[in-house]
Amino acid sequence: MEHLICNNLTAGYDGKAIIADLSFSVNAGDYLCILGENGSGKSTLMKTLLRLKSPMSGEITMGSGLSANEIGYLPQQTVVQKDFPASVREVVLSGCLNGCGLRPFYNKKEKQLASENMEKLGITNLANRCYRELSGGQQQRTLLARALCATRKILLLDEPTAGLDPTSTAEMYELIAGLNDKRNGGTSIIMISHDIANAMKYASHILLIGSGKLLFNGTAAEYSQFVGGAAS
Amino acid sequence: MTFGERIDQLIYLFNNFDFARYALLVGVLIAFCSSLLGVTLVLRRLSFIGSGLSHVSFGSTTIVAAIAMIIGVESFQNNFFFVLPITILCSIWLLLSGPNSKIKGDSALAMLSVGSLAVGYLFMNIFPKSANVAADICTVLFGSTAILTLGSKQWLVWLCVGLSVLVSAMFLLFYNKIFAITFDEDFASATGIKAKTYNAILAIIIAVIIVLAMNLVGALLVSALVVFPALTAMRVFKSFKAVTICSVIVSVFCSTIGILLSAMYDNLPLGSVIVAVNLAVFILFAFAGLAARRKKA
Repeated sequence: MEHLICNNLTAGYDGKAIIADLSFSVNAGDYLCILGENGSGKSTLMKTLLRLKSPMSGEITMGSGLSANEIGYLPQQTVVQKDFPASVREVVLSGCLNGCGLRPFYNKKEKQLASENMEKLGITNLANRCYRELSGGQQQRTLLARALCATRKILLLDEPTAGLDPTSTAEMYELIAGLNDKRNGGTSIIMISHDIANAMKYASHILLIGSGKLLFNGTAAEYSQFVGGAAS
Repeated sequence: MTFGERIDQLIYLFNNFDFARYALLVGVLIAFCSSLLGVTLVLRRLSFIGSGLSHVSFGSTTIVAAIAMIIGVESFQNNFFFVLPITILCSIWLLLSGPNSKIKGDSALAMLSVGSLAVGYLFMNIFPKSANVAADICTVLFGSTAILTLGSKQWLVWLCVGLSVLVSAMFLLFYNKIFAITFDEDFASATGIKAKTYNAILAIIIAVIIVLAMNLVGALLVSALVVFPALTAMRVFKSFKAVTICSVIVSVFCSTIGILLSAMYDNLPLGSVIVAVNLAVFILFAFAGLAARRKKA
C-alpha cells in the first residue's frame, strides 16, 4: 500500500529551484532515510512534503487511507521554544489538536491518547515538568510523543538526533525503530539525517540527494553496494 | 493630607462620580485583555507590538486629520473607524510574516513604529490642530495623565466593555489553538491546523485592543501592559496555563493599585504609576523565581 507518491517534484524557495525532478514513493511500514549534505535541499523537501511550501512543479499524492491531517512531524527546535513556558503534558496534548476541529477543548479520549504516548516514550514522570528545563533527549521524546498524538500512520522526522549526545542518539534511534516495528503498528518513517552509519543500520530505504537532484533511491542494502561501487 | 484623609477622599470620589468608576472599569478591562494576549506576543518576540501599532494608529490619525483639513471637513473628531482598519492591516502583516520572511518580526516592528511616529509628527507640524504640538504628542505617548480624562469618553468605555467580553470569549475558545501555533507554527500547519487563519484572527483582536487602549491609556502604557505581566508570570510559573492565569491576575492587580494611587495623589500621572507598580511586582517575582531555583538546586 503506497502512502506517499512524489512525481517529478521540484521544490525550492522564492522561485529558485533547489531540488528538481524528484520521483519516489513511500509504502506503508517503510523506513525511509533522506541523506544529503547541508544545503542539498533536505529540509526544503520535507517542508514541501508537509505542504508548508507548495511544490514548484510536479505533484505529491497521498496514498490510500492517508489524509493531510494524518501526518506526524518532528521539527527541529526553534528559537521560540528555548524559553517557552509549557509543561510536557501541554506540549504532547497539542499534538491531538488536529482531531479537535472547531471543538475548543480536548476530550477524554485525546487526554488518554496523550498519556499513552507519554508512557510509550518513557516521559510520564516528566509530565508536569517545564519543557525548556529538560535535556535535549527528553525534549525530543516530548516532541516525538506529540507527533504520535497527531498520527500513527506516518512520521516525518527532521534530524531527530541533532544536538544529542551519543547515548541519547542511540536511544532515539531505538525508539524510532520500535515505532516502525510491525508488532507496534508499523508507523511509516521518513527521516532526514546526516548520519549515514545509523541510516544504513536502521532504515529500510535510502534517498540520497545532492547538487539539486536525486542521486540514489533504493533499499539500504542496495545503497551499501552503491557506496561500495563508488569507492572502488 | 494624611494617608487616612486621602483614603476618605478616594472613597468619596468613587461613591459620587461616574467618571471615577468608569476609569477603574476601563483600566482593569484593558489590563485584563492586554495581559491575555501578552503571553503569546512576548513568546513570539513581538513584545513591542503595542508600541508599534499605537504609533501606526497615531500616524494614521494625523494623516486622516490632515486630509480632513485639506478637503475642508470641519470637526473631524471621530476618526476611530478610519484608524482601526489601517492598524488591523499592519497587525496582520506583522503576525503573518513568520520567521521565514525577508524582514524579521523585530525589525519590521521597529520600522513600522519609528516610521509612523515620524510621519505622524511631520503631518502634525504641517497641519497643526492646536498651538501646542508638544502637548498633543505627550498625550499620544502617555495617554490620559489624570483619572478624570480616562473615564470621560463614555462611548469608548462601553465599547471597551463589549470588546473585553468578546476578547475573553475568543481567547477561551481558541486557547489550545493559540498555544499550538505559538509553540510551533510549522507543526500545527503540517498536522492540518489552519495556523494562518488563527493568526489573522489573533492579529485583529490585538489591533482592536491596542487602538482602544491607546486612546485611553497612551502608547507607552500599552506596551508595558502587554510585556510586564507576561514576563512577571514567567519568572515563577512553568506551564502555559499557569503563566496565562498568573499574568492576568498580576496585570489586573497592578492596574487597580496604580489607578487608586493616581486618584489619591494628584501629582501621580496615571500611566507612569501603573508601569512603576508593574515594574515593582516584576522585580519581586524575579527574586522569588531565583530563590525557588536556588532551593531546588
